[in-house]
Amino acid sequence: MSDSIYYFIQQIANGLTIGSTYALIAIGYTMVYGIIGMINFAHGEVYMIGTYISFIVLAGLTMLGFDNVFIMVGLAMMVSIMIASAYGFTIEKVAYKPLRSSKRLIALISAIGMSIFLQNYIRLAQGSRDIAMPSLIQGGFLLGDPDGSHILISYMQVIIIVTTIICMAGLTLFISRSRMGRACRASAQDIGMTNLLGINSNNVIATTFIIGASLAAVAGTLLGMYYGVVNPYVGFIAGLKAFTAAVLGGIGSIPGAMLGGLLLGVSESLTAGYFTAEYKDVVAFSLLILILLFMPQGILGKPEVEKI
Amino acid sequence: MLALEKVHTHYGPIEALKGVSLNVEKGEIVTLIGANGAGKSTLLMTVCGDPRASSGTITWKNEDITQTETAKIMRSGLAVVPEGRRVFSAMTVEENLAMGGFFNNTNYDERMEHVLELFPRLKERFSQRAGTMSGGEQQMLAIGRALMSNPELLILDEPSLGLAPIIINQIFEIIEMLRGEGTTIFLVEQNANQALRLADRGYVLEHGKIVLEDTGQNLLVNEDVRKAYLGG
Repeated sequence: MSDSIYYFIQQIANGLTIGSTYALIAIGYTMVYGIIGMINFAHGEVYMIGTYISFIVLAGLTMLGFDNVFIMVGLAMMVSIMIASAYGFTIEKVAYKPLRSSKRLIALISAIGMSIFLQNYIRLAQGSRDIAMPSLIQGGFLLGDPDGSHILISYMQVIIIVTTIICMAGLTLFISRSRMGRACRASAQDIGMTNLLGINSNNVIATTFIIGASLAAVAGTLLGMYYGVVNPYVGFIAGLKAFTAAVLGGIGSIPGAMLGGLLLGVSESLTAGYFTAEYKDVVAFSLLILILLFMPQGILGKPEVEKI
Repeated sequence: MLALEKVHTHYGPIEALKGVSLNVEKGEIVTLIGANGAGKSTLLMTVCGDPRASSGTITWKNEDITQTETAKIMRSGLAVVPEGRRVFSAMTVEENLAMGGFFNNTNYDERMEHVLELFPRLKERFSQRAGTMSGGEQQMLAIGRALMSNPELLILDEPSLGLAPIIINQIFEIIEMLRGEGTTIFLVEQNANQALRLADRGYVLEHGKIVLEDTGQNLLVNEDVRKAYLGG
Protein backbone atom coordinates (compact mmCIF):
# COMPACT_ATOMS: atom_id res chain seq x y z
CA MET A 1 0.00 0.00 0.00
CA SER A 2 1.18 3.44 -0.73
CA ASP A 3 2.03 6.10 1.80
CA SER A 4 -0.96 8.24 1.08
CA ILE A 5 -3.47 5.50 1.83
CA TYR A 6 -1.87 4.78 5.18
CA TYR A 7 -1.97 8.47 5.93
CA PHE A 8 -5.61 8.74 4.92
CA ILE A 9 -6.65 5.78 7.08
CA GLN A 10 -4.73 7.24 10.00
CA GLN A 11 -6.66 10.52 9.66
CA ILE A 12 -9.96 8.68 9.50
CA ALA A 13 -9.10 6.70 12.63
CA ASN A 14 -8.16 9.88 14.49
CA GLY A 15 -11.34 11.52 13.27
CA LEU A 16 -13.54 8.66 14.42
CA THR A 17 -11.91 8.80 17.86
CA ILE A 18 -12.67 12.46 18.40
CA GLY A 19 -15.98 12.13 16.59
CA SER A 20 -17.11 9.39 18.99
CA THR A 21 -16.68 11.70 21.94
CA TYR A 22 -18.49 14.53 20.14
CA ALA A 23 -21.32 12.09 19.52
CA LEU A 24 -21.46 11.14 23.21
CA ILE A 25 -21.75 14.78 24.25
CA ALA A 26 -24.14 15.61 21.40
CA ILE A 27 -26.68 13.07 22.72
CA GLY A 28 -27.22 15.32 25.73
CA TYR A 29 -28.02 18.32 23.56
CA THR A 30 -30.26 16.46 21.21
CA MET A 31 -32.32 14.57 23.81
CA VAL A 32 -32.98 17.65 25.91
CA TYR A 33 -33.87 19.63 22.82
CA GLY A 34 -36.13 16.84 21.64
CA ILE A 35 -38.15 16.92 24.83
CA ILE A 36 -38.24 20.47 26.12
CA GLY A 37 -37.16 22.31 22.99
CA MET A 38 -34.28 24.19 24.54
CA ILE A 39 -30.52 24.12 24.08
CA ASN A 40 -28.85 23.24 27.36
CA PHE A 41 -25.82 25.46 27.01
CA ALA A 42 -24.48 24.28 30.36
CA HIS A 43 -24.01 20.79 28.95
CA GLY A 44 -20.40 21.44 27.91
CA GLU A 45 -19.68 22.34 31.54
CA VAL A 46 -21.07 19.01 32.69
CA TYR A 47 -18.59 17.36 30.36
CA MET A 48 -15.78 19.49 31.82
CA ILE A 49 -16.82 18.59 35.37
CA GLY A 50 -16.88 14.93 34.36
CA THR A 51 -13.27 15.24 33.19
CA TYR A 52 -12.19 16.87 36.45
CA ILE A 53 -13.86 14.22 38.54
CA SER A 54 -12.26 11.36 36.68
CA PHE A 55 -8.86 13.08 36.96
CA ILE A 56 -9.35 13.47 40.69
CA VAL A 57 -10.40 9.85 41.10
CA LEU A 58 -7.52 8.62 38.95
CA ALA A 59 -5.03 10.70 40.93
CA GLY A 60 -6.51 9.45 44.19
CA LEU A 61 -6.33 5.83 43.12
CA THR A 62 -2.75 6.26 41.95
CA MET A 63 -1.82 7.68 45.34
CA LEU A 64 -3.49 4.74 47.04
CA GLY A 65 -1.22 2.50 45.02
CA PHE A 66 -3.66 0.95 42.59
CA ASP A 67 -1.98 -0.39 39.51
CA ASN A 68 -4.69 -2.14 37.53
CA VAL A 69 -5.43 0.42 34.84
CA PHE A 70 -8.79 -1.03 33.86
CA ILE A 71 -10.16 -0.99 37.40
CA MET A 72 -8.89 2.56 37.84
CA VAL A 73 -10.43 3.85 34.63
CA GLY A 74 -13.64 1.95 35.28
CA LEU A 75 -13.95 3.38 38.78
CA ALA A 76 -13.10 6.89 37.59
CA MET A 77 -15.75 6.63 34.92
CA MET A 78 -18.38 5.37 37.35
CA VAL A 79 -17.76 8.09 39.93
CA SER A 80 -17.68 10.65 37.16
CA ILE A 81 -21.01 9.42 35.78
CA MET A 82 -22.64 9.55 39.20
CA ILE A 83 -21.48 13.04 40.09
CA ALA A 84 -22.08 14.47 36.60
CA SER A 85 -25.62 13.03 36.62
CA ALA A 86 -26.22 14.75 39.92
CA TYR A 87 -25.04 17.98 38.30
CA GLY A 88 -27.25 17.44 35.25
CA PHE A 89 -30.26 16.71 37.45
CA THR A 90 -29.64 19.72 39.66
CA ILE A 91 -29.00 22.11 36.77
CA GLU A 92 -32.40 21.24 35.36
CA LYS A 93 -34.17 21.65 38.69
CA VAL A 94 -32.47 24.93 39.57
CA ALA A 95 -32.06 26.72 36.26
CA TYR A 96 -34.68 25.37 33.85
CA LYS A 97 -37.65 23.90 35.66
CA PRO A 98 -38.83 27.20 37.20
CA LEU A 99 -38.71 28.74 33.71
CA ARG A 100 -40.46 25.97 31.84
CA SER A 101 -43.58 27.94 31.06
CA SER A 102 -41.75 31.13 30.18
CA LYS A 103 -40.40 32.18 26.80
CA ARG A 104 -37.62 30.10 25.25
CA LEU A 105 -35.18 32.96 25.23
CA ILE A 106 -35.39 33.30 28.99
CA ALA A 107 -34.49 29.65 29.56
CA LEU A 108 -31.66 30.01 27.07
CA ILE A 109 -30.20 32.93 29.00
CA SER A 110 -30.55 30.94 32.19
CA ALA A 111 -28.58 28.15 30.50
CA ILE A 112 -25.80 30.52 29.50
CA GLY A 113 -25.76 31.89 33.05
CA MET A 114 -25.51 28.38 34.42
CA SER A 115 -22.62 27.69 32.06
CA ILE A 116 -20.70 30.77 33.21
CA PHE A 117 -21.43 29.96 36.83
CA LEU A 118 -20.14 26.38 36.57
CA GLN A 119 -17.03 27.46 34.69
CA ASN A 120 -16.12 29.98 37.34
CA TYR A 121 -17.05 27.69 40.18
CA ILE A 122 -14.59 25.07 38.89
CA ARG A 123 -12.03 27.77 38.23
CA LEU A 124 -12.24 28.86 41.87
CA ALA A 125 -12.22 25.32 43.20
CA GLN A 126 -9.54 23.84 40.93
CA GLY A 127 -7.60 26.82 39.61
CA SER A 128 -7.57 28.05 36.05
CA ARG A 129 -4.34 26.40 35.00
CA ASP A 130 -4.13 23.22 32.99
CA ILE A 131 -4.10 20.08 35.06
CA ALA A 132 -2.15 17.32 33.42
CA MET A 133 -2.56 13.61 33.82
CA PRO A 134 0.18 11.17 32.82
CA SER A 135 -1.18 8.78 30.24
CA LEU A 136 -2.13 5.54 31.90
CA ILE A 137 -2.75 3.59 28.75
CA GLN A 138 0.16 3.58 26.35
CA GLY A 139 1.02 1.79 23.18
CA GLY A 140 -1.19 0.69 20.34
CA PHE A 141 -1.62 -1.37 17.25
CA LEU A 142 0.86 -0.76 14.49
CA LEU A 143 0.06 -1.66 10.91
CA GLY A 144 2.74 -1.46 8.25
CA ASP A 145 6.41 -0.76 8.50
CA PRO A 146 7.36 0.83 11.85
CA ASP A 147 10.20 2.76 10.22
CA GLY A 148 8.35 3.67 7.06
CA SER A 149 4.73 4.24 6.27
CA HIS A 150 2.40 2.85 8.90
CA ILE A 151 -0.86 3.33 10.74
CA LEU A 152 -0.75 3.66 14.51
CA ILE A 153 -3.99 3.19 16.39
CA SER A 154 -3.36 3.65 20.08
CA TYR A 155 -5.06 1.46 22.69
CA MET A 156 -6.65 4.64 24.01
CA GLN A 157 -8.26 5.26 20.63
CA VAL A 158 -9.57 1.71 20.58
CA ILE A 159 -10.95 2.12 24.09
CA ILE A 160 -12.68 5.37 23.12
CA ILE A 161 -14.31 3.89 20.06
CA VAL A 162 -15.34 0.65 21.77
CA THR A 163 -16.74 2.43 24.83
CA THR A 164 -18.71 4.78 22.59
CA ILE A 165 -20.15 1.86 20.64
CA ILE A 166 -21.21 0.17 23.90
CA CYS A 167 -22.82 3.37 25.22
CA MET A 168 -24.65 4.02 21.97
CA ALA A 169 -25.90 0.44 21.76
CA GLY A 170 -27.07 0.65 25.37
CA LEU A 171 -28.80 3.97 24.75
CA THR A 172 -30.49 2.69 21.60
CA LEU A 173 -31.77 -0.35 23.47
CA PHE A 174 -32.99 1.81 26.34
CA ILE A 175 -34.79 4.24 24.04
CA SER A 176 -36.37 1.62 21.81
CA ARG A 177 -37.23 -1.11 24.32
CA SER A 178 -37.60 0.17 27.85
CA ARG A 179 -40.71 1.69 29.36
CA MET A 180 -38.97 4.92 30.26
CA GLY A 181 -37.33 5.07 26.82
CA ARG A 182 -40.74 4.80 25.24
CA ALA A 183 -41.99 7.59 27.47
CA CYS A 184 -39.02 9.70 26.36
CA ARG A 185 -39.88 9.19 22.70
CA ALA A 186 -43.54 9.94 23.31
CA SER A 187 -42.65 13.08 25.27
CA ALA A 188 -40.38 14.24 22.48
CA GLN A 189 -43.39 14.24 20.23
CA ASP A 190 -46.08 15.59 22.55
CA ILE A 191 -45.17 16.13 26.16
CA GLY A 192 -48.61 17.51 26.96
CA MET A 193 -50.20 14.28 25.78
CA THR A 194 -47.89 12.08 27.85
CA ASN A 195 -48.93 14.19 30.80
CA LEU A 196 -52.57 13.53 29.89
CA LEU A 197 -51.79 9.81 30.01
CA GLY A 198 -50.77 10.16 33.63
CA ILE A 199 -47.02 10.19 33.01
CA ASN A 200 -45.18 12.69 35.12
CA SER A 201 -43.26 14.79 32.63
CA ASN A 202 -40.87 15.98 35.34
CA ASN A 203 -39.54 12.43 35.66
CA VAL A 204 -39.10 12.10 31.92
CA ILE A 205 -37.26 15.42 31.71
CA ALA A 206 -35.05 14.54 34.68
CA THR A 207 -34.22 11.20 33.02
CA THR A 208 -33.06 12.89 29.81
CA PHE A 209 -30.82 15.25 31.76
CA ILE A 210 -29.33 12.34 33.68
CA ILE A 211 -28.68 10.30 30.53
CA GLY A 212 -27.13 13.29 28.77
CA ALA A 213 -24.90 14.08 31.75
CA SER A 214 -23.82 10.45 32.11
CA LEU A 215 -22.75 10.23 28.48
CA ALA A 216 -20.95 13.56 28.80
CA ALA A 217 -19.10 12.18 31.82
CA VAL A 218 -18.04 9.12 29.82
CA ALA A 219 -16.81 11.43 27.07
CA GLY A 220 -15.04 13.58 29.67
CA THR A 221 -13.20 10.64 31.16
CA LEU A 222 -12.16 9.29 27.76
CA LEU A 223 -11.20 12.55 26.12
CA GLY A 224 -9.45 13.75 29.27
CA MET A 225 -7.25 10.68 29.24
CA TYR A 226 -6.70 10.98 25.50
CA TYR A 227 -5.52 14.58 25.67
CA GLY A 228 -4.03 14.17 29.15
CA VAL A 229 -4.98 17.68 30.18
CA VAL A 230 -7.99 19.59 31.50
CA ASN A 231 -8.81 23.18 32.43
CA PRO A 232 -12.08 24.91 33.35
CA TYR A 233 -12.57 26.11 29.78
CA VAL A 234 -12.53 22.81 27.89
CA GLY A 235 -16.29 22.50 28.26
CA PHE A 236 -16.96 25.58 26.18
CA ILE A 237 -15.31 24.43 22.98
CA ALA A 238 -16.28 20.77 23.40
CA GLY A 239 -19.85 21.85 24.04
CA LEU A 240 -19.90 23.98 20.91
CA LYS A 241 -18.47 21.15 18.84
CA ALA A 242 -21.01 18.68 20.19
CA PHE A 243 -23.79 21.19 19.60
CA THR A 244 -22.57 21.51 16.01
CA ALA A 245 -22.63 17.73 15.73
CA ALA A 246 -26.19 17.62 17.06
CA VAL A 247 -27.35 20.27 14.58
CA LEU A 248 -25.46 18.61 11.73
CA GLY A 249 -27.19 15.29 12.37
CA GLY A 250 -30.56 16.92 13.00
CA ILE A 251 -31.29 18.27 16.46
CA GLY A 252 -33.76 16.07 18.31
CA SER A 253 -32.61 12.93 16.53
CA ILE A 254 -30.45 10.49 18.50
CA PRO A 255 -29.04 8.60 15.48
CA GLY A 256 -28.47 12.06 13.99
CA ALA A 257 -26.30 13.08 16.95
CA MET A 258 -24.23 9.92 16.54
CA LEU A 259 -23.77 10.47 12.82
CA GLY A 260 -23.16 14.20 13.22
CA GLY A 261 -20.44 13.58 15.82
CA LEU A 262 -18.58 11.13 13.62
CA LEU A 263 -18.87 13.32 10.53
CA LEU A 264 -17.64 16.36 12.41
CA GLY A 265 -14.71 14.44 13.93
CA VAL A 266 -13.65 13.04 10.56
CA SER A 267 -13.94 16.36 8.74
CA GLU A 268 -11.87 18.01 11.47
CA SER A 269 -9.13 15.44 11.32
CA LEU A 270 -9.04 15.50 7.53
CA THR A 271 -8.63 19.27 7.67
CA ALA A 272 -5.87 18.94 10.22
CA GLY A 273 -4.22 16.19 8.18
CA TYR A 274 -4.34 17.74 4.74
CA PHE A 275 -4.33 21.47 5.41
CA THR A 276 -3.37 22.71 8.81
CA ALA A 277 -4.54 21.91 12.32
CA GLU A 278 -5.33 25.59 12.94
CA TYR A 279 -8.15 25.40 10.45
CA LYS A 280 -10.05 22.51 11.98
CA ASP A 281 -12.25 24.72 14.15
CA VAL A 282 -12.86 26.98 11.17
CA VAL A 283 -14.10 23.99 9.21
CA ALA A 284 -16.24 22.73 12.08
CA PHE A 285 -18.03 26.01 12.59
CA SER A 286 -18.29 26.80 8.87
CA LEU A 287 -20.07 23.49 8.64
CA LEU A 288 -22.46 24.65 11.38
CA ILE A 289 -23.20 27.89 9.51
CA LEU A 290 -23.71 26.09 6.20
CA ILE A 291 -26.02 23.54 7.77
CA LEU A 292 -28.07 26.24 9.48
CA LEU A 293 -28.33 28.17 6.23
CA PHE A 294 -29.14 25.42 3.79
CA MET A 295 -30.36 22.43 5.78
CA PRO A 296 -31.61 23.61 9.16
CA GLN A 297 -33.29 20.28 9.89
CA GLY A 298 -29.92 18.50 9.64
CA ILE A 299 -29.14 15.18 8.01
CA LEU A 300 -31.55 12.93 9.91
CA GLY A 301 -33.83 15.53 11.44
CA LYS A 302 -37.44 15.77 10.43
CA PRO A 303 -38.76 18.96 8.94
CA GLU A 304 -41.41 20.39 11.21
CA VAL A 305 -44.52 19.18 9.43
CA GLU A 306 -47.44 17.54 11.19
CA LYS A 307 -49.74 15.15 9.44
CA ILE A 308 -53.30 15.72 10.46
CA MET B 1 -68.95 11.30 40.23
CA LEU B 2 -67.56 14.39 38.51
CA ALA B 3 -68.85 17.79 39.48
CA LEU B 4 -67.87 21.26 38.38
CA GLU B 5 -68.98 24.23 40.38
CA LYS B 6 -68.73 27.80 39.09
CA VAL B 7 -65.60 27.03 37.15
CA HIS B 8 -63.86 29.91 35.38
CA THR B 9 -60.94 29.38 33.03
CA HIS B 10 -58.81 32.05 31.44
CA TYR B 11 -56.44 32.05 28.51
CA GLY B 12 -54.45 35.14 29.35
CA PRO B 13 -56.97 38.00 29.36
CA ILE B 14 -59.66 35.92 27.62
CA GLU B 15 -62.23 34.28 29.84
CA ALA B 16 -63.12 31.02 28.10
CA LEU B 17 -65.34 29.58 30.83
CA LYS B 18 -67.58 31.91 32.80
CA GLY B 19 -68.75 30.02 35.82
CA VAL B 20 -69.69 26.58 34.55
CA SER B 21 -71.46 24.15 36.86
CA LEU B 22 -72.28 20.63 35.78
CA ASN B 23 -72.09 17.06 36.95
CA VAL B 24 -71.59 13.60 35.52
CA GLU B 25 -72.93 10.60 37.42
CA LYS B 26 -71.63 7.06 37.40
CA GLY B 27 -72.70 5.03 34.36
CA GLU B 28 -74.04 8.00 32.43
CA ILE B 29 -73.25 9.30 28.99
CA VAL B 30 -73.25 13.06 29.26
CA THR B 31 -72.75 15.20 26.22
CA LEU B 32 -71.81 18.78 25.82
CA ILE B 33 -72.89 20.61 22.69
CA GLY B 34 -72.23 24.11 21.54
CA ALA B 35 -70.88 26.18 18.68
CA ASN B 36 -67.25 26.42 17.72
CA GLY B 37 -65.43 28.53 20.27
CA ALA B 38 -68.11 28.13 22.95
CA GLY B 39 -65.49 26.62 25.26
CA LYS B 40 -66.33 22.92 24.98
CA SER B 41 -62.77 21.70 24.65
CA THR B 42 -61.60 24.15 27.27
CA LEU B 43 -64.14 22.70 29.67
CA LEU B 44 -62.95 19.14 29.11
CA MET B 45 -59.32 20.07 29.39
CA THR B 46 -59.94 22.11 32.52
CA VAL B 47 -61.20 18.91 34.15
CA CYS B 48 -57.78 17.41 33.32
CA GLY B 49 -56.04 20.44 34.83
CA ASP B 50 -54.63 21.71 31.52
CA PRO B 51 -55.40 24.64 31.46
CA ARG B 52 -56.03 25.12 35.14
CA ALA B 53 -59.31 26.62 36.37
CA SER B 54 -58.80 30.15 37.66
CA SER B 55 -61.65 29.82 40.16
CA GLY B 56 -64.41 27.43 41.17
CA THR B 57 -64.05 23.82 42.21
CA ILE B 58 -63.82 20.54 40.35
CA THR B 59 -64.68 17.46 42.37
CA TRP B 60 -63.87 13.96 41.20
CA LYS B 61 -64.90 10.96 43.30
CA ASN B 62 -65.48 13.25 46.29
CA GLU B 63 -62.05 14.79 46.05
CA ASP B 64 -61.21 18.35 45.11
CA ILE B 65 -58.91 18.11 42.08
CA THR B 66 -58.99 21.76 41.07
CA GLN B 67 -55.32 22.25 41.88
CA THR B 68 -54.07 18.68 41.44
CA GLU B 69 -51.37 18.25 38.82
CA THR B 70 -52.49 16.85 35.48
CA ALA B 71 -50.53 13.59 35.58
CA LYS B 72 -51.94 12.81 39.02
CA ILE B 73 -55.52 13.52 37.95
CA MET B 74 -55.06 11.26 34.97
CA ARG B 75 -53.85 8.46 37.21
CA SER B 76 -57.00 8.56 39.31
CA GLY B 77 -59.34 6.81 36.87
CA LEU B 78 -59.88 9.47 34.24
CA ALA B 79 -58.79 9.16 30.63
CA VAL B 80 -59.06 11.59 27.77
CA VAL B 81 -59.23 11.34 23.99
CA PRO B 82 -58.18 14.87 23.16
CA GLU B 83 -59.13 17.03 20.25
CA GLY B 84 -57.03 16.18 17.21
CA ARG B 85 -56.36 12.67 18.60
CA ARG B 86 -52.72 13.40 19.40
CA VAL B 87 -51.47 9.88 18.79
CA PHE B 88 -47.69 9.44 18.86
CA SER B 89 -47.22 9.30 15.11
CA ALA B 90 -43.62 8.10 15.11
CA MET B 91 -44.47 5.18 17.38
CA THR B 92 -46.19 1.93 16.52
CA VAL B 93 -49.78 1.10 17.42
CA GLU B 94 -48.52 -1.28 20.07
CA GLU B 95 -46.29 1.39 21.61
CA ASN B 96 -49.10 3.93 21.58
CA LEU B 97 -51.35 1.53 23.44
CA ALA B 98 -48.55 0.73 25.85
CA MET B 99 -48.23 4.45 26.62
CA GLY B 100 -51.90 4.45 27.58
CA GLY B 101 -51.28 1.66 30.06
CA PHE B 102 -48.04 3.19 31.28
CA PHE B 103 -48.74 3.68 34.96
CA ASN B 104 -51.22 0.87 35.44
CA ASN B 105 -49.57 -2.53 35.06
CA THR B 106 -52.29 -4.73 36.47
CA ASN B 107 -54.06 -6.88 33.88
CA TYR B 108 -52.04 -5.23 31.15
CA ASP B 109 -52.39 -8.16 28.75
CA GLU B 110 -56.09 -8.51 29.40
CA ARG B 111 -56.74 -4.87 28.69
CA MET B 112 -54.61 -4.98 25.57
CA GLU B 113 -56.64 -7.94 24.36
CA HIS B 114 -59.88 -6.16 25.18
CA VAL B 115 -58.89 -3.04 23.24
CA LEU B 116 -57.87 -5.15 20.25
CA GLU B 117 -61.22 -6.92 20.42
CA LEU B 118 -63.04 -3.59 20.36
CA PHE B 119 -60.89 -2.39 17.48
CA PRO B 120 -59.87 -5.35 15.30
CA ARG B 121 -58.37 -2.79 12.93
CA LEU B 122 -55.70 -1.96 15.48
CA LYS B 123 -54.75 -5.61 15.66
CA GLU B 124 -54.12 -5.63 11.92
CA ARG B 125 -51.97 -2.54 12.24
CA PHE B 126 -50.31 -3.59 15.47
CA SER B 127 -46.71 -2.91 14.47
CA GLN B 128 -47.40 -0.09 12.04
CA ARG B 129 -46.48 3.48 12.80
CA ALA B 130 -49.48 5.48 13.96
CA GLY B 131 -48.64 8.40 11.67
CA THR B 132 -49.12 6.25 8.58
CA MET B 133 -52.70 5.30 9.44
CA SER B 134 -55.91 6.95 8.30
CA GLY B 135 -57.77 9.47 10.42
CA GLY B 136 -60.38 6.93 11.48
CA GLU B 137 -57.75 4.42 12.51
CA GLN B 138 -55.90 7.09 14.45
CA GLN B 139 -59.13 7.97 16.24
CA MET B 140 -59.62 4.33 17.16
CA LEU B 141 -56.06 4.26 18.42
CA ALA B 142 -56.62 7.37 20.51
CA ILE B 143 -59.70 5.78 22.09
CA GLY B 144 -57.90 2.46 22.55
CA ARG B 145 -54.98 4.23 24.18
CA ALA B 146 -57.30 5.96 26.62
CA LEU B 147 -58.99 2.65 27.44
CA MET B 148 -55.63 1.05 28.26
CA SER B 149 -55.66 2.79 31.62
CA ASN B 150 -58.99 1.14 32.43
CA PRO B 151 -60.75 4.44 33.15
CA GLU B 152 -63.91 4.92 35.18
CA LEU B 153 -64.62 8.12 33.27
CA LEU B 154 -63.74 8.47 29.61
CA ILE B 155 -63.61 12.00 28.25
CA LEU B 156 -64.01 12.26 24.48
CA ASP B 157 -63.38 15.48 22.61
CA GLU B 158 -64.98 15.49 19.15
CA PRO B 159 -64.25 11.86 18.30
CA SER B 160 -66.11 12.12 14.99
CA LEU B 161 -64.33 15.22 13.70
CA GLY B 162 -63.18 14.87 10.12
CA LEU B 163 -64.18 11.24 9.76
CA ALA B 164 -66.26 9.45 7.12
CA PRO B 165 -69.88 8.73 8.14
CA ILE B 166 -69.33 4.99 8.24
CA ILE B 167 -66.41 5.41 10.64
CA ILE B 168 -68.44 7.84 12.75
CA ASN B 169 -71.13 5.18 13.14
CA GLN B 170 -68.51 2.68 14.24
CA ILE B 171 -67.15 5.10 16.80
CA PHE B 172 -70.62 5.75 18.22
CA GLU B 173 -71.24 2.01 18.40
CA ILE B 174 -68.06 1.62 20.40
CA ILE B 175 -69.15 4.38 22.77
CA GLU B 176 -72.41 2.58 23.32
CA MET B 177 -70.58 -0.68 23.98
CA LEU B 178 -68.36 1.03 26.51
CA ARG B 179 -71.42 2.30 28.34
CA GLY B 180 -72.65 -1.28 28.43
CA GLU B 181 -69.42 -2.21 30.19
CA GLY B 182 -70.08 0.39 32.85
CA THR B 183 -67.70 3.13 31.71
CA THR B 184 -68.98 6.62 32.37
CA ILE B 185 -68.63 8.87 29.34
CA PHE B 186 -68.36 12.61 29.00
CA LEU B 187 -68.61 13.50 25.34
CA VAL B 188 -68.13 16.68 23.39
CA GLU B 189 -69.50 16.54 19.88
CA GLN B 190 -70.13 18.83 16.96
CA ASN B 191 -72.30 16.02 15.61
CA ALA B 192 -75.04 17.04 18.07
CA ASN B 193 -77.76 14.91 16.55
CA GLN B 194 -75.98 11.63 17.01
CA ALA B 195 -74.52 12.61 20.35
CA LEU B 196 -77.86 13.58 21.86
CA ARG B 197 -79.50 10.40 20.68
CA LEU B 198 -76.88 8.42 22.55
CA ALA B 199 -76.65 10.57 25.64
CA ASP B 200 -78.56 10.26 28.90
CA ARG B 201 -78.17 13.95 29.55
CA GLY B 202 -76.85 16.92 27.69
CA TYR B 203 -75.62 20.43 28.38
CA VAL B 204 -75.62 23.31 25.94
CA LEU B 205 -72.64 25.63 26.23
CA GLU B 206 -72.75 29.15 24.80
CA HIS B 207 -69.98 31.70 25.16
CA GLY B 208 -68.49 29.91 28.15
CA LYS B 209 -71.79 29.48 29.99
CA ILE B 210 -74.19 26.58 30.37
CA VAL B 211 -77.50 27.82 28.95
CA LEU B 212 -79.49 24.62 28.99
CA GLU B 213 -79.49 21.28 30.68
CA ASP B 214 -81.86 18.40 29.98
CA THR B 215 -82.08 14.75 29.01
CA GLY B 216 -80.76 13.85 25.59
CA GLN B 217 -84.27 13.09 24.31
CA ASN B 218 -85.67 16.43 25.42
CA LEU B 219 -82.80 18.39 23.96
CA LEU B 220 -83.30 16.62 20.65
CA VAL B 221 -86.81 17.98 20.37
CA ASN B 222 -86.10 21.36 21.95
CA GLU B 223 -86.94 24.17 19.50
CA ASP B 224 -83.96 26.39 20.29
CA VAL B 225 -81.52 23.52 20.21
CA ARG B 226 -82.92 22.28 16.92
CA LYS B 227 -82.55 25.71 15.39
CA ALA B 228 -79.08 26.40 16.67
CA TYR B 229 -77.35 23.02 16.52
CA LEU B 230 -79.39 20.48 14.63
CA GLY B 231 -79.99 22.38 11.44
CA GLY B 232 -83.66 23.27 12.07
